[in-house]
Amino acid sequence: MGVSALLATLFGPLLGAIAILFIHRDQATAIKRTALVFSCLTFLLSLFMIPEFDPSNSALQFVIDQPWIPSLDAGFRLGVDGIALPLVLLTTLIMPIALLASYEPISKSIKEYYVLMLLLQFGMTGVFMAWDTFLFYVFWELILIPMYFIIGIWGGKDRIYAAIKFFLYTLVGSLLMLLAIVWLGLESQWAGHGFTADLTKLQAIGSQIAFDKQQLLFWAFAISFLIKVPLFPLHTWLPDAHVQAPTAGSVILAGVLLKLGTYGLIRFNLGLFPQASVHFAHLISVFAVIGIVYGALVAMVQTDIKKLVAYSSVSHLGFVVLGIFSVTTEGVQGAVLQMINHGISTPMLFLCVGVLYERRHTREIADYGGITKVMPKFAVLFAIAMFASVGLPGLNGFIGEFLTLLGAFKSPVLNNWTYAIVSASGVIFAAVYLLWMFQRVMFGTNDNAENHYLRDLNRSEYWQLVPLALLAIWIGVQPGPLMKFSEQSVTAVVKWVQKPAPESLTIKVNHAPHAEAHH
Amino acid sequence: MNIDIFGSLPLIVIWLALGAVGIAIQAFVRNNTRLIFGYYMATLAGTAALAVITAGHKALAFNGMITVGGFANYFDVLFCGAGIMAMMAARPYLQRENAELDEFYTLLVSSVSGMMFMAHANNLLVLFVGIELMSISFYVMAGFLRTNIRSIEAGLKYFLLGAFASGFLVYGMALIYGATGSLQFDVIAKNIHDGAVNFPMLLAIGAVLLAVALGFKVAAFPFHQWAPDVYEGAPSVVTAFMSTAGKSAAFAAFITVFSALMPHGAALTPKLQNMLAVVSAITMLIGNITAISQTNVKRMLAYSSVAHAGYLLMGIVANSADGYFAIVFYVTSYVFMQLGAFVVVGILERGNEQHLQISDYAGLAKREPVLAFAMAVFMFALAGIPPLAGFFGKYLLFVSAIDAGYLWLTLVAVLASVVSAYFYLGLIVKMYFSEPQGSHEPTRTGLAGITVVVTAAASIALGFFTTQLLSIYRSWIGL
Repeated sequence: MGVSALLATLFGPLLGAIAILFIHRDQATAIKRTALVFSCLTFLLSLFMIPEFDPSNSALQFVIDQPWIPSLDAGFRLGVDGIALPLVLLTTLIMPIALLASYEPISKSIKEYYVLMLLLQFGMTGVFMAWDTFLFYVFWELILIPMYFIIGIWGGKDRIYAAIKFFLYTLVGSLLMLLAIVWLGLESQWAGHGFTADLTKLQAIGSQIAFDKQQLLFWAFAISFLIKVPLFPLHTWLPDAHVQAPTAGSVILAGVLLKLGTYGLIRFNLGLFPQASVHFAHLISVFAVIGIVYGALVAMVQTDIKKLVAYSSVSHLGFVVLGIFSVTTEGVQGAVLQMINHGISTPMLFLCVGVLYERRHTREIADYGGITKVMPKFAVLFAIAMFASVGLPGLNGFIGEFLTLLGAFKSPVLNNWTYAIVSASGVIFAAVYLLWMFQRVMFGTNDNAENHYLRDLNRSEYWQLVPLALLAIWIGVQPGPLMKFSEQSVTAVVKWVQKPAPESLTIKVNHAPHAEAHH
Repeated sequence: MNIDIFGSLPLIVIWLALGAVGIAIQAFVRNNTRLIFGYYMATLAGTAALAVITAGHKALAFNGMITVGGFANYFDVLFCGAGIMAMMAARPYLQRENAELDEFYTLLVSSVSGMMFMAHANNLLVLFVGIELMSISFYVMAGFLRTNIRSIEAGLKYFLLGAFASGFLVYGMALIYGATGSLQFDVIAKNIHDGAVNFPMLLAIGAVLLAVALGFKVAAFPFHQWAPDVYEGAPSVVTAFMSTAGKSAAFAAFITVFSALMPHGAALTPKLQNMLAVVSAITMLIGNITAISQTNVKRMLAYSSVAHAGYLLMGIVANSADGYFAIVFYVTSYVFMQLGAFVVVGILERGNEQHLQISDYAGLAKREPVLAFAMAVFMFALAGIPPLAGFFGKYLLFVSAIDAGYLWLTLVAVLASVVSAYFYLGLIVKMYFSEPQGSHEPTRTGLAGITVVVTAAASIALGFFTTQLLSIYRSWIGL
C-alpha cells in the first residue's frame, strides 16, 4: 500500500506528461484539465503514504530496490524517511496550485508548458525519494531542463539571461557533485566492497574515509547544494531567475526547488561525512548568518515586489542552513519545518505578486497604494502570507525560525551565541521589509487612477491561496503532528553525526587542527 | 598458415562486395544511382550482420596480422551502422546539391572498410593500411562538391595535413619496430613488459610519434587546427560521417596501439599517461572555449568535436579495461548525437553555404518542431545532461580516470563541460526562445529524416539501455 502510493506519487506526473503528448495542441482546455487532474490525483495518492508511514521508525520506508546498471551497482532504490516525506507532500501540494496559477498567464505553447511542468514534478519527487547516488543525480539534472525552458520561454523580458545563468550555476555545482559521486563509489571499491551507488552502503563507508579526502568530498556536495539553496555568496542567480520566471515558475522555484539544496545538505553532507560536517559547521554557519542579514537588508531596498520576495528567500533559507549545521535535534528539526513553512508562505507571496501583476502588469511598489480598499479579500490572504513569512507567532513561520535559533543557541558544535543573536536580527529585518512593503502596496491612499477599479480575487485565485493559508494557520497552531513525522529521522541523523566521539565533540571542534588525530 | 576464414568474414565480405562486385557493377551499369545506393546499403547491413554472427569467435587470423571477434566486431557494427545512417542522410543532400555520383557511396563504403581494418589490426602495417584507406576516401569525400571552393579547400587541406601525419605514423612505426623487434601488437606488448627493448629512447620517440599521428586523426591538441576548416568546408553529410565514424575508428586504433605500448609496470607507461593526460586536458578546454565564439554552426560543432576527443582521451589515460569500455560506450553515444546534429545542419543548409549561421536557427522550434526537438536532444546529449546518452559515457570516463588517479583531469573535464553547456544552450536558446526571422521555404528531409529520428531516439534510449549495451559488449569481448 505504502509502496504503491510512493510509486503513484513518483510516476503520476510522468504519466500525465505522456497523456498530454497525445492531446492535440489546439485543445488548450483539455491540456490544462489533464495536467490539473493528474497533479491533483498525484496529490491525493501521495496522502495515502501518511497513514502507512511509521513516524517512530527513523529508517527508510516504502523501500523499492530494483537493479539498473549492475556493474556500477546503480539501482532504482527509492523510499522516504521522516525528512523526505513532508517534502514529497509539499511538492505534490504545490504543483496543482502552480498549474492553476498558470491557467491565465500562460498563453503560448501550452502543450509544451504543461508537459515540462509535470516532468519537473517527476524530477523533484524523484530527488526526494532517491536512495541511490546515481539515481539522485539523474533526477537532480532532470529538473534542470524543464526549469530552464520554463524560465526561458515563458519568462519576462530578460528571460534568456536568467535562464542561462540559472542553468550554468546549477550545472557547475552538479558536475562537482557528479565527481564526488564517482569518487565515493570508488572509495567503496578501494575499501574492497565493490563500486556502488547505494546510499546505505555509502553511509557505512563515508565516515571511514580519511579526513582530508572527506573534506574535499564534503565540499563537492556542499557547493552543489549551497548553490541551489542558495547560500550567500552563491545566490546571485536567484533574483534573476525569480524575477524573470512566470508566477508558477517562481512558485515552484521558491516552494520546492530551493529545498532540494537543503534536503541534500541533510541527506548527503550530514549523512555521509559526519566528521567533515562538524569540522565545517562554523564556516558554513558564518555564511548562513551573513546570508540572513544580507538577504534581509537587500530585500529592504528593493522597489520591485517580486525581487523583494526573492531576496527574502535568501534570508529565510539562511535559517535553514544555520539550523542544519547547528547539528542539534532542535536545529535540524527547525530546519525541516522551516523548509515546509517557506514552501507554503513564499509561494503564497509569489501568487499574491502574480495576482497584482495580472491586473496591472507592473511589480513596482511605487505603482501601488491603498489596494486594500478595492481588493479586500485579497488583502486578507496577502496579509496572512506576509505575516507567515515574517514569522508571527500563531502562523507557521514562527515555530521553524524559533527552533533553528534555539538549535543555534544550544549547539555544542557551534558553541557560540553570536550566530543565534545575529541571526535573530534577521527576523526583525523581515518584519521591517515585509510590513513596509505591505504598507506601501496595500495601505495609504489609492491615488493612482489605474488602481481605482481592480477586480478582487476570482475563484481560481481563491483556490490557489486559501489551501495554503489554511495550512499556514494550522501548522502555526498545531506544529506537533508535522514535527512528529520528522522527529525520529532527524534524531537519527544528528546522532549519526555526533557519533564518532560524542563526549569530546565540543573540544574537538574548538581545536579543529587536531581533529585529524582522532581518525 | 593460419587464416581463419570464418572469423575474417566481415572483412572479406566487405572487400569482395566493394573491390570485385561493386566496381564491376559500376563499370557496367551507368547512371543508376538507385541501384548502387541499394547495393551498398545491403553491403553494409550484411557486413554488420556477419560481424554480429562472428562476434563470439575470438582469434588471431592471417598469421596474427588481424584479430577477429569481440572488440573489433563491436566497432564493425558501429562503423556499418554509422555508414548506413550517413548514406541515408547523404542521398537527399547530394541530390539537392546536384552532386550525386555513384562514386560517393563507393568511397563511403571503402572508408568503412578502412575503419574496420583499423579496429581489426594486430599489426602496425595493417593499421597503416587501414588508416590510409579511410583517410584517402575522406580526402576525396571532403572535396566532393567540386564546384564549391570551400569544399575543395577542405579536401586539399585535409589531404596535405593528413599526408604529413602519415609520415609521423610510419616513422613512429619504424622506430617501434627497431626498439621491440616486432610489428605485432601482442609481441610488442610482451617485449615492453619484459623489458626486452633494444633502445628505450627509440621506443619513447616512436610512441610519441604514434600519439602525434593518431592525435591528428582524432583532432587532439595541438593537431586539431585542421578540423574546423575541414569540417566546415566539407559537405555536411561527409562531416557528419568523418567526425563520428572516423573519430571512433581512430580511437579504436588508439586503444589497440596504446594498450600495447603501455603495459602495466613498464617504466614508460606513467610518462605516456601523463603526456596524454595533458593533451586531453588542453584539448577539451581549447575545443570548448573556442566553440563559444563561433557563429557558424558547423564550426561550432567542429570545435565541440575537438573537445569530445579530449574527453575520450581520458579513457586512454586511464589505461584500464574500464577506461577502454568507457571509450567504447562514449563513441557509440557520440556517433549518434554528433552524426544526428550534423545531419540536421545538412537538412537545413541551402546551397552556397546558406543557413549555416547560428542566427539562422532563430525560431526553428516554430518552423520545424521535429528537427528543432531532435537538435535540442543532440545538444543536451552532447552537453552530457542525464538521462541522455552523453551523460553515461562521461560518467564512465570519469570513473575510469579517477580510479587511475587522475582526479585533476576529471576536474578539468568538469570545468570544460560547464563551458560547453554555454554554447550548446546557445543554439537551443536560438531555436526555442527567439522568433523566426525572414521567410523560409518548408524543408524536405527525405531519407535523412530517418537518420534524424533514429539518432535522436538512440541518443535518448542509450541512456536507458546502458545495462543492455554493457552486457552485449562484455559478452563479446569476454569479460
